[in-house]
Amino acid sequence: MERETISVTVNGRAYERAVEPRRLLSDFLREDLRLTGTHVGCEHGVCGSCTVMMDGVTARSCLTFAVMADGAEIETIEGLGSVEAMHPVQQAFWEKHGLQCGFCTPGMLMTAVELLKANPDPSVDDIRDAISGNLCRCTGYQTIVESIQYAAKLMREDGP
Amino acid sequence: MYPFTYHRPASLDDAKARLSASEDGRPLAGGMSLLPTMRFRLTSCADLVDLNGIEALAGIERGDGHVRIGAMTRHAAVVESPEVGEAIPALAALAGSIGDVQVRNRGTIGGSICFADPAADYPAGLLGLGATVNTDRRAIAADDFFTGLYETALEDGEIVVSVDFPVPARAGWAKFGNQASRFAVVAVMVSLSGGSVRLAVTGARSHVFRVPEMEQALAGDFSAEAMDGIAVSSEGLNEDLHADKDYRAHLIGVMAKRAVRDALAQ
Repeated sequence: MERETISVTVNGRAYERAVEPRRLLSDFLREDLRLTGTHVGCEHGVCGSCTVMMDGVTARSCLTFAVMADGAEIETIEGLGSVEAMHPVQQAFWEKHGLQCGFCTPGMLMTAVELLKANPDPSVDDIRDAISGNLCRCTGYQTIVESIQYAAKLMREDGP
Repeated sequence: MYPFTYHRPASLDDAKARLSASEDGRPLAGGMSLLPTMRFRLTSCADLVDLNGIEALAGIERGDGHVRIGAMTRHAAVVESPEVGEAIPALAALAGSIGDVQVRNRGTIGGSICFADPAADYPAGLLGLGATVNTDRRAIAADDFFTGLYETALEDGEIVVSVDFPVPARAGWAKFGNQASRFAVVAVMVSLSGGSVRLAVTGARSHVFRVPEMEQALAGDFSAEAMDGIAVSSEGLNEDLHADKDYRAHLIGVMAKRAVRDALAQ
């Protein structure tokens, strides 16, 4: 099958690659760009582990063909922060134990970032609604909700 | 997933040309339903024509007595639209109840109604509000659009361009969603316009349907109590691990009342 050449910006860096049209964005990120921070759980749009930002809003990278991202700006967990300089959401998940196995965490963090961008002071219900597309099988969500509340606080205190 | 050739036309005419040139072509909208079915090899196609590059297909505008929503308009855009929120808040509520935020960011109204999932929300919105589907070749009333399980009145290669929703005097939305997927187990859209009532149910049968007995009762007295004593038969209703047909029949009555109360509260 013929390959298509695509140009994608991922975490601010421009990439040009030839991909098969059926290549999923999740596999493109992980296999072709070796950005393995984006996790692939169910691979059919249920678990939310593969959530990335596409042109500023969250998208399931396992339900998006890489060719559909031609010309798009993608942000993945790798672009959020580093161990030395964590994003407030990462800091909050670290401090409040918002993870156990860590598999759902990349998607959970991207979803939390989107929520807090739109809603700097979310209620517990807002948070639970926002993360309803992200499954976690470890925490029972309790510490995830607390982490996102704490991240909101950190970001509010940090100022705009 | 079976391989395919990818097309990304920039105009509707180009999309039409590519679809008609293909023996086995299929349009791609948000991909929220199509991609999983392709992954499971439940469907495949030789040519996939991606409509995401056609800007003219997305957008919301308020017309004379109606709201027009472009086929490629994302659910999130309908939720946030001031035009929809002001004219038909029940439709904004419907869009906000679809799936989860990631699905609402990518999924489109055109994709949803063309896929015609028996538990999708928009079909009830279209039928309950008496919408009209505009395609590249004709206008189809919602009453004629949904014809069966994943079946619509669309012909081969026909592309949905927009949907016109007449602005009702009142409309209400009530949904009993599956707790995990948020697909409708049963959901109801009801609307009142100039004394006539439409009440449409999704999730309960092969495809969306109206309930004439309830509509007649509501036309005389638009209140939840007006439907007291009207039982919907469970014959022919869907059964799955989430709900058997008797439960779904019961839910239709409950959701119909909630939808009417929702309409009266607005």
